[in-house]
Parts: sequence; structure tokens; C-alpha cells
Amino acid sequence: MRLTGAKAIIKALEMENVEVMFGYPGAAICPFYDALLDSGIRHILTRNEQGAVHAASGYARVTGKTGVCVATSGPGATNLITGIATAYMDSIPVVAITGQVSSELIGKDVFQEADITGATAPFCKHNYLVKNVKDLPRIIKEAFHIASTGRPGPVVIDIPVDVQNRELDFIYPDKVDIKGYKPTYKGHAQQIKRVAEALENAKAPVICAGGGVVNANASGELLELVNKSGIPVVTTMMGIGSLPSKHKLNLGMLGSHGLYAANYAVHNADLLIIMGARVGDRAIAATNKITEKAKIIHIDIDPAEIGKNIEVTVPVVGDVKLILKDLIDIIKPLTIDNWLDTINKVKSEHPLKNRDYTDSNTVNPKYLLTVLSELTGEDSIITTEVGQNQIWSANYYNVRKARKFITSGGMGTMGYGLPAAMGAKIGVGKEKVIVIGGDGSFQMSMQEMGTIKQNKLGVKIIIFNNSRLGMVREIQKVRYCGRYSQVLLDENPDFVKLAEAYSFRGERISTNADVKDALARMLSDDEPYLLECIVDPEEPTL
Amino acid sequence: MAKHTLSVLVENHPGVLSRVAGLFSRRGFNIDSLAVGVTENPEVSRMTIVVDGDDYIVEQVSKQLNKLIDVIKIKQLDKNDSVSRELALIKVNATAATRGEIIQIVEIFRAKIVDVSKNTLTIEISGGTDKVAALEDMLKQFGIKEIVRTGTIAIERGNKYIKVTNNDEE
Ligand SMILES: Cc1ncc(C[n+]2csc(CCOP(=O)(O)OP(=O)(O)O)c2C)c(N)n1
Ligand SMILES: [Mg+2]
Repeated sequence: MRLTGAKAIIKALEMENVEVMFGYPGAAICPFYDALLDSGIRHILTRNEQGAVHAASGYARVTGKTGVCVATSGPGATNLITGIATAYMDSIPVVAITGQVSSELIGKDVFQEADITGATAPFCKHNYLVKNVKDLPRIIKEAFHIASTGRPGPVVIDIPVDVQNRELDFIYPDKVDIKGYKPTYKGHAQQIKRVAEALENAKAPVICAGGGVVNANASGELLELVNKSGIPVVTTMMGIGSLPSKHKLNLGMLGSHGLYAANYAVHNADLLIIMGARVGDRAIAATNKITEKAKIIHIDIDPAEIGKNIEVTVPVVGDVKLILKDLIDIIKPLTIDNWLDTINKVKSEHPLKNRDYTDSNTVNPKYLLTVLSELTGEDSIITTEVGQNQIWSANYYNVRKARKFITSGGMGTMGYGLPAAMGAKIGVGKEKVIVIGGDGSFQMSMQEMGTIKQNKLGVKIIIFNNSRLGMVREIQKVRYCGRYSQVLLDENPDFVKLAEAYSFRGERISTNADVKDALARMLSDDEPYLLECIVDPEEPTL
Repeated sequence: MAKHTLSVLVENHPGVLSRVAGLFSRRGFNIDSLAVGVTENPEVSRMTIVVDGDDYIVEQVSKQLNKLIDVIKIKQLDKNDSVSRELALIKVNATAATRGEIIQIVEIFRAKIVDVSKNTLTIEISGGTDKVAALEDMLKQFGIKEIVRTGTIAIERGNKYIKVTNNDEE
């Protein structure tokens, strides 16, 4: 079949079963957008390319499929960068297609030329600059394969405009053969046996589950392992949802913004089983404190993560789902009652701080999240922005399933939550999608309300408005003697009116007494909605 | 810190060198030298990278390099079981009075004189890093005008070899 490069891209995306992509056009990607007119693939025009890549990421995270975004050369491509880095840090499968200036002009600093493969190399899984139109089918096939297999991540394909216009004989390869890319899936049987042995000898074991458990769709196996063995679990921020928040053996999120019992367990364990987590500094800062007391088992599909941040006793490389299946077969119930008693005692001595919420002239975000948990279903999706709002959500919202809590963990990218919610909404259809935002973060992506309106996406927006960059203010309060510098957002717009401008319904509440009814109103239909909550700037993160 | 020699097979694509170099700089690894050239298979290039660091660093370097899609295979070469060479061209001041002595030194090192002018000699030497350094040291007294080095390349001894598909003995 004779096709232009542009048509070949579309054809290849169809072959990859792409249902939707998020993008923004420009001159260097015009042949692609022209070819798009003859395709059935849905395209969502965002209001900034960063919105497109975050939306692709949100879509990928809720569906488990690869998200696709598109941008033009130069500024279009550079606007993707924050989103690509965000997806990379959280191991999210995204394919980003960028237009590039004409091949013969590359390197001449022509209009809207930017070296996007050079720029993104440090934080994408792989990238391509397509020089020969004949390579397009193979490259697209490889890009989807690389993005979605092994440890997932973003892949960038940069396609000069002349390559989009040239013709090729289109044959889509049915398999890939990349010499340097052969991820290991099956865990080494001997290593898995060593894990089982270490567990049998452990008196105080704990599992640390990360985003890899979610990515591998291994939450069912984790639940089975935990129920069979009785091992308590802590999760990283990315691991939230890998085990239901309210499971009796789930101690919650660990780390600098995590729960006391979770950190206690990790620091007093004699065996720590890290799975699908990279031991980031926010989760475990002083790794030597832990290795003093505990043997470490590290299960990960990326061998480079094992031994990078913590010294490991038993490494197991492979897909955590397959490894857990093998482990479940050979593991016996453990007798660790003393350990569980200790943990439960610590847990009850250090409950989440729930103040008396009855009387207030602000909305307490922790209270709101508790009420919200009662009104949403197990399949409802929460996305978050970054700041106090993110940590409140992580610790107080009841996440019942994997792929239902979507947040920028590794990068902490403000402005992620709203576009990610758009992508998530498109991914899940009727299910509720609620973004929890801060007034600061929301304003980094609020132009995407235009996208929500245009595409009639029933995204529910909650803004915790403390008129502050709350988390930074808190750092300045605690560590800089209250010398507040550039954290006031006193002249915030009227967010409800802003929603009105986009013809969303919305309301503002400023007391806990209104929380329940307001949330019920918000959740009563599948239309976009903005709920602004006036929050006390002094409300602490933890 | 010890020096470790890594042989790295990579796709012979443009951009691979920059990916490898970028990885070293962003992860704070120190490269002592890096030499690259195409192999017997024109689709594959071979890099010889000498890394300065402890075992942890070398393991990290290998693992991170392995994550690059364009990297096909990595092997750390055992010093005692491999041959390593670098090539240097050294331009040194030479007068009628010193020329004879320089030529003698060159002969002792089994180096070669590849260019002569009224007041310089250019010497080619190949050998292990130590040998090249020793010659450089000997020539310093005459005044070295210029020195160019290739960086180390290395190969395993005997029947061992590194190929895309295997690296076992035959
Ligand atoms: C793009 C970006 N810029 C800066 C930061 C640093 N930062 C972290 S939290 C935060 C404040 C966020 O304010 P807001 O969204 O209002 O959330 P709050 O903490 O008040 O809940 C800032 C500026 C960041 N994480 N991301
Ligand atoms: Mg705020």
C-alpha cells in the first residue's frame, strides 16, 4: 500500500488500536493533521501541549494502555517536556509524536526548530528522529513496544515535515526485534525460593509496594499474598491503590509525608520486601538505618533500580505479577503475631489527625476527603495536583483499587491533575473522575477547562483554596523561621465565576457543615463541576 | 579509585555516542577515556570505556548503560585476561644536540618517529596507558609541544570474544 508518511503514522496508530490522542497542531505537523481528517481516531485539542501529554498520561494510567500525544516542532515540542519528564519519573507508557522542521534544514536554526530528541534524552525511555520515511512503520511499532513493555515510560518520535509528505510502501511489522531491548519477565526460581525462605525466618517482615505493582496489574496477587501470609504492607505514593487503603494490613503511605505506623514498620522490620518501587528519597531517605536492622528483598522489572538506592540481600528481577504468583504458590502462612500486635498498637497510638470538624469557618480538607470517600464508588477516580492537596489526598482519601489514584509522584508536577483527569475521564467513560487541586496548581493548567467544555468531559474539580502555595509556605514556616517569600496568592480569581465563564456549574463553600451536601450536588450528574473550598492556610499537611 | 574497562556493543546509529556521554554526565560518572569504532558487523559499533570508580559505580554504569535501547551488550574486561592499548602522537622539541638522545629513547620504547622537522620530532607510540605515560615522562625534558591520545581500546585474550549473540568461549 502506497501511503504518505503522514497517512502511515495514522495507519500505524490504528494498527496499535489507539482510540484517542491529545494534541495541538502547528505547521511542522500539518501533514499529520491533514491525514487525521480521514481517520476514526478521536483527537482532543488541548489548550497547551503540556495538557496533552498529561492527559495522555492520565489516560494511560487508568486504562493501562499507552497514551498518545502530538505536538508541532519547536515550542510545541518543548511544551511537552515537563509532561514527558513527569511520565518518565512515574514510569507511564506514553508515545509523543512531534513534528520537526524539514530534514534538510535541521541544524540551521530555522523557524521553530528545536532539538527535541536531544532535549528529552535524559528523561524519556527512548526517542527517534525519523530520517527516512521507510523507517516509520518499524519505528512506530518499536515505540509502542518500548513504551508499554518492561518498565514502561515515554517514547518520543520526532518526524520532519518532509518525511510526513514523502511516500512509502506501507507494511506494518507484526513483531519487533530490538537487539538491545529484551526485558526479563519471569523471576529466577532460585531467587524466589530465597525470598520464601527469608520470609519463613522473618519475625518482623513488611512489604513496600510501589507503582510497579500498579503498572504490572499485580494488585490481585499482592492481595492474595498478603491474605495468605499475613505480612503488613506500606505503599509509596505511586503504590497507593495497589492494596485497598482500608485493608487491615495496609499501614498506608511511608516516607516524609507518610503515616507514622508505616514508617515505624519499615524502620523496625527485620525483612523489607520492596516491590515495584525505586526507594526514592521521599519514601526512604536514610537507607542505611533500615539495612542495619533488616534484610532487603527487592523485586523490580528494572535491574538498574536494584542496588541503586539501597543495599539488597535478595534481588529478584522480573515482572512483579509473575513473581508474586510464583511466590504465592510456595509461601506458607507466617506466625508473626507479636509483630502485628506491635504495629497495631503503634497504629492506634498514632491515628490520622482528625480534628473536631463540627464548628468552622473554613473547610477542613482532611474532613472533606473523608466524606468524599463515602460518596464515591470503588471505581471512582481521583487525580491530584501537587502540594498539601496531594498529601491530604494520599493520606485521607480511601482508595479501593489500583489505577484509581492518579498523581505525579516522582516529579511532583503542579498542573498535572486537571489534564490528567481529562485523559482519565476519556479512558473510563461514565465513572466519576475528580481532581483535587490547590489554588496554585490549578492555575497552572486551568486553561484546560476549555478542553473540558469543548469535549463535554464530566470532570469534577475540587479546589482547596488557601490563597497560598501552601506546601512551600509550610516549609518556610517550619524551616525558614516564618519568613514567607512569594507564597501568597491573595488576588486569586473568583474560581466559581471562572467556571461560569466556561459554563460549568460550581459553588464555593467555606464551612464543614456544607461539605456533605455540596459534594452530593457535585456528584449528582456527569457534567463538569467546580467546587471551591476555602481552606485555612494554617492547616498542616500532616 | 580503581579503573575498570567496559566493552560496550552499541547500534551503529547517529546519536548513540551522545546518549552514552549524556548518561555519564547526568549521573555523575567519571569517564577516563572512551573510544568508539565500527565492528566486523557494520550495524554494530564497539565502545571501550574506562571508568573510574568503585564496584558500586561500575555496576551502576553497566546497569544504566544497559537501559539505553541502543546498547546491545556490555562486558567488563578482566585486566589479566585482556590486552589493552592506546595510541599517542607526541610532538617534541628537537635540536641537533638532543635529536640523537630522543631517537634512542624512542627505540627503547619501540615507538616510531613519524614526522621530522628542523626543530621537532613527532613520535607515535602504542601500548598500555602506563607505557605511554612513561614515554611522555621521558620526553618532558625536551619540551612536549603537543600530545594527542586515542583513549584505550581493549580485547579479551584467547578464544573469548564479545558478539551480539554470545560472549562465550568457542
Ligand atoms: C511546576 C512546579 N513548580 C513548583 C513546584 C514547587 N511547589 C510544590 S508544592 C507548591 C505549592 C502548591 O500550591 P497549591 O497548588 O496551592 O497547593 P497547596 O500546597 O496550597 O495545597 C509549589 C510551588 C512544583 N511542585 N511544581
Ligand atoms: Mg494553595
